[in-house]
Amino acid sequence: MSDTQFGRYGGQYVPEALMPALEELEDAYERYVLGNEDGFLDEFRERIRDFGGRPTPLGRADRLSDRYGREVYLKREDLLHGGAHKLNNALGQVLLAKYMGKERIIAETGAGQHGTATAMAAAHLGMPCEIYMGRTDVNRQRPNVFRMRINGAEVNPVDIGRGTLKEAISETMRDWSRTVEDSHYVIGSVVGPSPFPRMVRDFQAIISEEAREQIRERTGGLPDSVVACAGGGSNTMGMFHEFVPDEDVSLFAVEAGGSSLEVDEDAGVAPNSASLSTGADGVLHGARTRLLQDSDGQIMESHSVSAGLDYAGVGPELAYLVDEGRVTPVNVDDDAALEAFHRFSTSEGIIPALETAHAFAYLEEAGDELGEVVIVNVSGRGDKDLETVIEETDRRGIEAAPEMSVFDGGLR
Amino acid sequence: MSPPPSGDGTEPADELAAAFADGPAFVPYLVAGDPDYESSLQYVEALARGGADVIELGLPFSEPIAEGPTIQSAIVRSLEAGMSPERFFAFVEELDVDVPLVCMTYYNLLYQYGAEEGSRPFVERAAEAGIAGFVVPDLPAEEAGPLRAACDEFGLDLIFIVAPTTRGERLERTRERVSGYVYVQARLGTTGAREEVSDRTESSLERIDDWDVPKAVGFGIKTGDHAERIVRAGADGVIVGSALVDVVAEGVEEGRPAAETAAILEERATELKRGALRGASEPEAEQP
Ligand SMILES: Cc1ncc(COP(=O)(O)O)c(C=O)c1O
Repeated sequence: MSDTQFGRYGGQYVPEALMPALEELEDAYERYVLGNEDGFLDEFRERIRDFGGRPTPLGRADRLSDRYGREVYLKREDLLHGGAHKLNNALGQVLLAKYMGKERIIAETGAGQHGTATAMAAAHLGMPCEIYMGRTDVNRQRPNVFRMRINGAEVNPVDIGRGTLKEAISETMRDWSRTVEDSHYVIGSVVGPSPFPRMVRDFQAIISEEAREQIRERTGGLPDSVVACAGGGSNTMGMFHEFVPDEDVSLFAVEAGGSSLEVDEDAGVAPNSASLSTGADGVLHGARTRLLQDSDGQIMESHSVSAGLDYAGVGPELAYLVDEGRVTPVNVDDDAALEAFHRFSTSEGIIPALETAHAFAYLEEAGDELGEVVIVNVSGRGDKDLETVIEETDRRGIEAAPEMSVFDGGLR
Repeated sequence: MSPPPSGDGTEPADELAAAFADGPAFVPYLVAGDPDYESSLQYVEALARGGADVIELGLPFSEPIAEGPTIQSAIVRSLEAGMSPERFFAFVEELDVDVPLVCMTYYNLLYQYGAEEGSRPFVERAAEAGIAGFVVPDLPAEEAGPLRAACDEFGLDLIFIVAPTTRGERLERTRERVSGYVYVQARLGTTGAREEVSDRTESSLERIDDWDVPKAVGFGIKTGDHAERIVRAGADGVIVGSALVDVVAEGVEEGRPAAETAAILEERATELKRGALRGASEPEAEQP
């Protein structure tokens, strides 16, 4: 069997019933994705171009460049069909499922971006699709629930626990262990049992393949640093992958610091999602990785104002690259992310996803470590977050926020 | 339960084999500490009185990906009442039963326990508490090397699950590593009581016909009749979880005194054990 690990991270910690499916997937991944059997990759590239809108541009952020006194470039995954990087992976996996002869697609979603991308890809390729989404996330990401339904997917709310991404993944795994013979689980990030972390990374690596070429065309060289937000870490690994061998390029993974980095063991709550910065080694959702957990090994409830970062684990390869010193984990809190959301929207005319806003908040906090030329991955656009942002900024009195008295009687 | 005599590391392994030696074994499962520590002690003891040959005790983990809604809820109740690995060991030591106990839990809890890296400290402590073996639903044979080694060191059994999808090389890999008994998963999916016996049970049993460990079938078994049919299909034991956890859940919902729930559990256990025994007797001629 081929290697399932990244250093001591990764592996296949799943119920026995799923193991044959992972072997089948490993085989399909090697043949179709790595080996381009039956022209799989050619079809993927063609569809991600014609249906997805690739390549996405790399543009200079003029006002941010002035503000920070460095060249800030934006990799525009927000312009990919669906409004986030998620389609790269979703389209790849749904197409792979088709090549494998599977008849049904299931997926989890946190922010709803992966669910939306999967629903779109499934509709595009004519596959039935069911999405699991935590109840809390259903309520805070309503526009994406509408989009999934309108694309013809079933949306199953998950009521267990805090009702966020962790519970949605667990529930999708349960569905898969029932339906594994004819269903494919399109996991939404570089997490889960092998071969998912490698395979999702490979589908997302198209981001850095393009960006590396684009920055060389623009500047004649490589950037000094690359910045991306990290929940599970798929936009992160996608943005980093081609730069990993370029040792002079610093890689920064920006995690959600939430409301605090302090952990409440008794309540089982870590009010952040900074598993790279503060987590410990453990096993969750099929892989050994860095986790937010208590001293017994019970998984903590994470928190972030951004649903897509709100997860107690992180991809095993990212954990490995952090241990190796190749990737630097940093984090910014909810307030900083909301500030950055508004600053970026007004200064650049791009409304970022709340997840992405974390990457921009780090630009504000960082110093010389970023160097002269920085690429930030704009992992998604913020339409889905408008309701949350207006509410949260109102509650906190964030300075950069516009006031909304234009509505009769104010916001409420 | 009292710890096994020290000095002889192989004692617990013999314990599980012995439990299957005289006819079909009845192997009930409950989540330890559901809905609270004291009641749960009574429930487990009731199962032993009702005829359990081995008892599987769930140590609750916050992300139980192999469990259906019934056991998920039991896990929530137990965790909310304060169950933890330390309390679990105290629970096992306090139990007054003389059947072997198997600990069913998820890998992260084994992995985190104790100061030393890996599952060895947990296994050492479990051996001291008198646990006879483990079932770890998220640990397939491929990842089980370190736990297998720790179990061998302390004389505990490591039970693996064989699923309806397990075939070929995977069966062999599991066969090499399994001890105590093999847990035959009767159907795909998560745990949960069902009305029907899965027709995949027989073909699953056939695939491991020549294994020399006892074969216990679980997932979805609810009644004495189910138990009878499973044993007739060739099983050496029946594992029943959710149908018993349902009794605990009803007790909570209806505010029943613990002693009453314990009595119902004992009755249910007796029925299941009788069903299993019927399955091992000569088939009756007048049956259609
Ligand atoms: C726009 C956007 N960025 C980032 C993420 C975080 O996921 P990952 O860390 O896998 O890129 C999400 C997840 O939903 C997202 O929607």
